[in-house]
Amino acid sequence: MPGSAETKLKVDSLSFFYGKTRALKDVSFEIPERRITAIIGPSGCGKTTLLRVFNRMYDLVPGARAVGTVLLDGSDIVTTTKLLDLRQKVGMVFQRPSPFPMSIRDNVAFGPRLLGWNKARINDVVRRSLENAALWEEVSDRLDEPGTSLSGGQQQRLVIARCLAVSPEVILMDEPCSALDPVATLKIEDLMVQLARDYTIVIVTHNMQQAARVSDFTAFMLMNPEGRHGELIEFAPTATLFNAPSDPRTEAYITGRFG
Amino acid sequence: MAAAVDSTVVVPASIPRPPDRYRTFTAVISWAAPASLILIVVVLLQQAWPSVVRFGPGFIIGQDWNQVTNTFGALPFIFGTVVTSAIALVIALPVGIAVAVLLAEPGAQGLRGALGTGIELLAAIPSVVYGIWALYVLAPWALLHIETPITDHLAAIPFLGGIPRQTSLFTAALVLAVMILPTLSAVSRDVIRAVPRGLRESTVALGATWWETIWKVILPAARAGIFGATVLALGRALAETVAVAMVIGNRPEIPHSIFAPGYTLAAVIANEFVEATGEIYQGALVEIGLVLILVTLTVNVLALILVHSAKARAAV
Repeated sequence: MPGSAETKLKVDSLSFFYGKTRALKDVSFEIPERRITAIIGPSGCGKTTLLRVFNRMYDLVPGARAVGTVLLDGSDIVTTTKLLDLRQKVGMVFQRPSPFPMSIRDNVAFGPRLLGWNKARINDVVRRSLENAALWEEVSDRLDEPGTSLSGGQQQRLVIARCLAVSPEVILMDEPCSALDPVATLKIEDLMVQLARDYTIVIVTHNMQQAARVSDFTAFMLMNPEGRHGELIEFAPTATLFNAPSDPRTEAYITGRFG
Repeated sequence: MAAAVDSTVVVPASIPRPPDRYRTFTAVISWAAPASLILIVVVLLQQAWPSVVRFGPGFIIGQDWNQVTNTFGALPFIFGTVVTSAIALVIALPVGIAVAVLLAEPGAQGLRGALGTGIELLAAIPSVVYGIWALYVLAPWALLHIETPITDHLAAIPFLGGIPRQTSLFTAALVLAVMILPTLSAVSRDVIRAVPRGLRESTVALGATWWETIWKVILPAARAGIFGATVLALGRALAETVAVAMVIGNRPEIPHSIFAPGYTLAAVIANEFVEATGEIYQGALVEIGLVLILVTLTVNVLALILVHSAKARAAV
């Protein structure tokens, strides 16, 4: 459980803009290493936007811009130009499982090949990543079949394996279970808890029970009714945030009075 | 795709069936299409019969086309049709896909919208106008800047030597390339746009550059659709008549070089049918039409087989 942990990601007065529209204002908090941090809040509160700052995914959106600093082990993500390095260290799992149009093996080997690793190392890492993603036993005899032949839950674990293959330090998950059935969801949640021994995990979720079940820390965000931008309301150990929230808005949200 | 859905879905008995009159009507309409195809072939066969009887299967491999001696063979035309379409595809495919990739990029819609509309408008130009343009502009340009340099330096390679001419198989192929470009790029663009956003984002999130994303994930994901666009474009190229007839040189023989004049199946029908006298000559031209149907049919069937075998291999 929470306990003391080093800071992995230090977010400091971060604001975010899509063109002239402000999407985030002055977000500051520290994400601890080898823990699961959940970001919750109603739709439109900017939680996915925040997550996408951590691996510079917003670079894909023309006109999107972050102001402020996000330090990963002390070096700034917002201004870095070494995107390949950053994205190797900070992996991401998306809402819909997205296996590439290639075999299961090639899916996992995709990242390592981009990094130019040799064959022996890649073979080794494919197996290890699939094992760590709790998928090896189900696919070990059909690595050459297309990734799309797997079920939805398996596809999501394949995507996690693909992400683990480049030995990231942080794994971002954007509602990773929202397209899955309850059984597959539980498997992914178990997996997250196991992965948190070695990786720092940040998960955005709509599902408050999920946040309560798996996370060590929780950040609660809300859209500011006047500025219509997202802001961080409260960040605390999950047990504290759910049982004794310090902000009345947090309490209102977790007791289901709005959102 | 995603989780297999139980295929034994029970349809409740209360769902009303379409009225009988509607079913009869749609059945007649849908059977009319294959029926008319068969009828067309029957009529063509009837008209071509004198030639079919005279030349037999030898018509396909015959190389003579002589109205005086009444000997006719289709091989030079088959050769011209297949070669011009193939060259056109080789030229247009990379350009078309490159344009499609650019047009499918998210963001900065203004410029791309204009470019996309411009390329689609290429499809609206009548083919006879393409022919005039090709004759006056494209053919002289190609002779000077493509045909002459190649024949000067690469004459040792088969089909690239000889004395270059303005009206040639190659010039016809160039026009065809321009004409099939809109089909290729517009259909490919839609296919590339339909690739799920998550695929692109996942690739980028793994540290891939723009090139790596396009080359290793987006295009492979879209390849079935791009192949479909290619087949569509090839069909158009094989059947194109007027523009080709204006620049190909209309010489019924298998040339030793792609820079020499040739002829295509569609062009010879258009050029000679009005003036064809005698039932053998007319029959031969109609039989050329049958051969053209056969060629396009073969290409489409081959494409279908390719798609199915690719699907069986990759199941994407």
